[in-house]
Amino acid sequence: MIGLSHYLAVAAALFTIGVFGIFVNRKNVIVILMSVELILLAVNINLVAFSSFLGDLVGQVFAMFVLTVAAAEAAVGLAILVVYFRNRGNIAVEDLNLMKG
Amino acid sequence: MSMNQTMTAELFFQQVPYILPEITLAAGALIIVLIGAFMGDRGSRLVTWLCVAVMLAAGAMAVLHMPPEQVVVFSGSYAADGFSAYAKLIIALTASSALLLSVDFLADKKLDKPEFPVLAMLATLGMFIMVSAHDLIALYVGVEMQSLALYVLAAYARDDAKSSEAGLKYFVLGALSSGLLLYGCSLVYGFTGSVKFDVISAHVAASRDIGVIFGLVFILCGLAFKMSAAPFHMWTPDVYEGSPTVSTAFFASAPKVAAAVLFARVCFEAFGPAQKDWLGIVVIMALLSMVIGALFALQQTNIKRLLAYSSIANMGYALVAIACGPEFGPKALLVFVSIYAVTSVGLFGVVLSLRTADGERVETIAGLSGLSRSNPLLAAALTMLLFSVMGIPPLAGFFGKWEIILATSSVGLLPLAIALILASVVSAFYYLRIIKTVWFDEPVATMVPVGTATALTLTGATFVLAALTLLIGLVGSAATIAGAGFS
Repeated sequence: MIGLSHYLAVAAALFTIGVFGIFVNRKNVIVILMSVELILLAVNINLVAFSSFLGDLVGQVFAMFVLTVAAAEAAVGLAILVVYFRNRGNIAVEDLNLMKG
Repeated sequence: MSMNQTMTAELFFQQVPYILPEITLAAGALIIVLIGAFMGDRGSRLVTWLCVAVMLAAGAMAVLHMPPEQVVVFSGSYAADGFSAYAKLIIALTASSALLLSVDFLADKKLDKPEFPVLAMLATLGMFIMVSAHDLIALYVGVEMQSLALYVLAAYARDDAKSSEAGLKYFVLGALSSGLLLYGCSLVYGFTGSVKFDVISAHVAASRDIGVIFGLVFILCGLAFKMSAAPFHMWTPDVYEGSPTVSTAFFASAPKVAAAVLFARVCFEAFGPAQKDWLGIVVIMALLSMVIGALFALQQTNIKRLLAYSSIANMGYALVAIACGPEFGPKALLVFVSIYAVTSVGLFGVVLSLRTADGERVETIAGLSGLSRSNPLLAAALTMLLFSVMGIPPLAGFFGKWEIILATSSVGLLPLAIALILASVVSAFYYLRIIKTVWFDEPVATMVPVGTATALTLTGATFVLAALTLLIGLVGSAATIAGAGFS
C-alpha cells in the first residue's frame, strides 16, 4: 500500500536532486532552469499528497498557483537567458564571472 | 441569483475597501502599460510621473483606510492593519523616489522606455501583497510578483553584459530561494493542515511536530534570501554591482522593507508560539549578517558593492529587532527600516548624481575624491547621509539603532546589542573613509550636473532625513501604534 510517507519521500528526493542540480552543474544554465522546475514539481507532489491525505482542497489550489507562477518564472528566466546569450555568445555557468570580489 | 450567491457577493464587496491600495496599483499598472504601448519611448517620462503619482496615492490610501484593529479579509488570507499600512506608506515613498531618480539616468543611457516604471510598479504591488499576506499562498504570490519584476529590472540594460549577468545570477538564486520557501510552505501546510497564519499559530501553540519546524526553517531561509541576510547574501554584491544603478537604488530600498516586514509577520503571527524555535535561527542570521556586512565591505573599491555589504549589515540590525519578539520588536523594526530605506534612496541619489564632464558615471570610491571642491552641496548631502547610516546622533539613523538597542535591553538580548554596536563601529570605518576621500583627497575629475529630477529627489531625501531627525518622536509614536498588534 502506497501511503503519504512514500509521496513525501519521492518529493524530498526530487527536491534534493533539484538543489544539487543547481550547485553541482558547471556546464549549462538551461540545466539550472530544469533543476528549478524539478524543485517546484517536488513541492507540487508534496502539496497534492498532503491535500489528499488531509481531505482539504486548499493544497490543490496552492498547487495550481505554483504551476502558474512556475510558468511565469520560466518565461522570465528564459528571456533573461536569451539576453545574456546575445551579449556573451555562450551560456556556460563557469563563464558567469564578470563580477568578483 | 440564489440567496447564497448574493450573500457571497455582498461579503466580497464589503471587503474591497481594505485592498483598495492594491487594486489602485494593479489597475494603474494595466492602464499605464497601455499608455506606454500607445506612446512608445517618447512617453517614458509621462509614464514615470503617472507611476509615481499612482504609487503615492496607493500609499496614502493604505494609511487612510487603515482599520483601528487588525481586519483579516478574504477568508483569512489578507490582513489590513497598522503594521502593513505603515510599511506600505514607506514602500510607496521610497519606491516612487527611486523611480524619480531613474528618469535622468535612463535618458542619459538611452534606456528610457515605459517598461521600467511599469515593472517597478508591479514589483511595488508585490511588496504591498507581501506586507499584508496572512496565509502562505498570499505570501508566495506576493514574493514571486516582486521577484519576477526585480529580475527583469536587474537585466534591464539589455546590451550590457554585466547587467544581463546580474539578472541571470539574481534569477537563478532567487528561483532557488523561492523553491526553498515553497518547500517550507508545503511542509507547514501538511503538518498543520492549513495555510492560514492564525490556524498555523494555534496548531503550533498546541503541538510542534518536527515537520513544522523543518518547514519553518525552509521558509525563513527563503525569506532571508529575499532580504539578503547572511548566509544567503551571496547574490547581493554581484547584483548590486551589475544592475543599472537605478535598479540597484530600487533594490536597496523598498524590497528590503517589504522582506523584513514579511519576515517579522511570519515569525510573530504564524509562528509566534514557536519563538523558542525561530529565535536561534534569527540570532545566527543576524550575527552573521552583521559580521559579513561589516568586514567584507572594508576591502571594496566599488561604491555599489560597498553599499551592498552595507545593506547586508543593516538587514542584520533589522533581524536583531525581529529577534526581540512580538512585543518590542515591531516598533524597533519599523522605525529602523523606514529610516534605513530613506537613507538608502538618498545615498543612491548621490551615486546617480556623479557624472564627470566627459559623460562617465563614477562608480569607484576613488572617483569621489575632491568632490567637496567641485560640488560642495553634493558632498555635504553625502556626508550627512553617511553620518546618518553610521548612526551618529543627532541624525535619524542613530534613532533607528537606538530603538533596536532599547528593544534588546527590554527582552534581555544584550549580547546582540553589543554585537550591533561593534558592527556599527567597524562599518563606521569604511563610511568615514568615503568622507575622507570626498573632503581631503585631491580632485581627479570635475562633476557636472545630471538633471533636475535626480537633484530634486536627492534634495528631497536629504531634507526628509533631516526632518525625520526633528520629528523622530512622531515616527516613534506612529511605529508604536503600527507595531502594537502582535503582543
